[in-house]
Amino acid sequence: MAIATLSTEKPPIEAMEVVYKRPESLAEVQTHYCPGCTHGIIHRLVAEVIDELGVREKTIGVAPVGCAVFAYQYFNVDGCEAAHGRAPAMATGLKRVMPDRIIFTYQGDGDLASIGGNEIMHAAARGENITVIFVNNANYGMTGGQMAPTTLPGMVTTSSPYGRDVKTQGYPVHITEMLAIMPGVAYASRNSMHSVAEIRKTKKAIRKAFEAQIKGLGLGIVEILSSCPTNWRMDPFESLEFIRDHMVPVFPLGEYKVHDELKRRK
Amino acid sequence: MATRGTVLIDSDRCKGCQLCVHVCPQGVLKMSEGYNAKGYHPVMLDESENHCTGCAVCAVICPDVVFTVFRMPVKRKGRPARQALAA
Repeated sequence: MAIATLSTEKPPIEAMEVVYKRPESLAEVQTHYCPGCTHGIIHRLVAEVIDELGVREKTIGVAPVGCAVFAYQYFNVDGCEAAHGRAPAMATGLKRVMPDRIIFTYQGDGDLASIGGNEIMHAAARGENITVIFVNNANYGMTGGQMAPTTLPGMVTTSSPYGRDVKTQGYPVHITEMLAIMPGVAYASRNSMHSVAEIRKTKKAIRKAFEAQIKGLGLGIVEILSSCPTNWRMDPFESLEFIRDHMVPVFPLGEYKVHDELKRRK
Repeated sequence: MATRGTVLIDSDRCKGCQLCVHVCPQGVLKMSEGYNAKGYHPVMLDESENHCTGCAVCAVICPDVVFTVFRMPVKRKGRPARQALAA
């Protein structure tokens, strides 16, 4: 680390208090994500929440198949890798064998909404006491930006070069709304990464999803609208504007379900 | 505006995505001319025109946890600084 300040009138850094530093639950390694990919932000938010709740020593993360396939290396918690889309099933097993542990899955939209749609639906229907972080970037990022179930109508991807035609390829899948109507779900929220304010809201949502699990209320899911600058062929800031202007109208933000016990805490 | 805060930049982690440059309310971040070990132009603090306030907005949006943010303890009337309380 190098102190990147040369101003002489500045008070010494020792006189200042640290207002932000790397969370301890985030491993000291560099991520493989593309520049500007919001996966890094979401990793940090999850790590901050684990730190704040003080559950690092008993947390187990389940990594998906997709861009976040190495997520278990980036968190300073125990982790394992699930087969494509099967992270909720693996989390179910872990939670039932070790009910005192905090289990979270970290999944992308190709993993959770497509091949793992069945798994998440039934984990929610069973009311499994786990936390699901669902990163929705509207395409299959790892394999080169193919069309995913969450791709927006008319959106150009490598496998829909003329844009997603809803007549033949259907409409985007709204996972959070589907899960919110299930009685086994304690917390369902959709958040976004497109601005600093939204990132702060996302952290609160992730915290509630973890608290739902700690209190044993049921499944907590946070869907996070995320950017994919490389496959969207945009620069990182432009892709955040794309989320705000194009993704948010299709995937409305907000809390779709909050368990009564989570509401009381303000 | 008087100096109120600063950031420590871990240049080798930076991937040069410029998200922090876009969101910095003081406009004190810019991309450096040189390269880091990964081959990106890392972000740097340039306080020639304005000063960092330690608001930590850059740290919130940074995907690679490049920033450590420092701020001068706030002195309020009739109340000792937070740092003094902790000591």
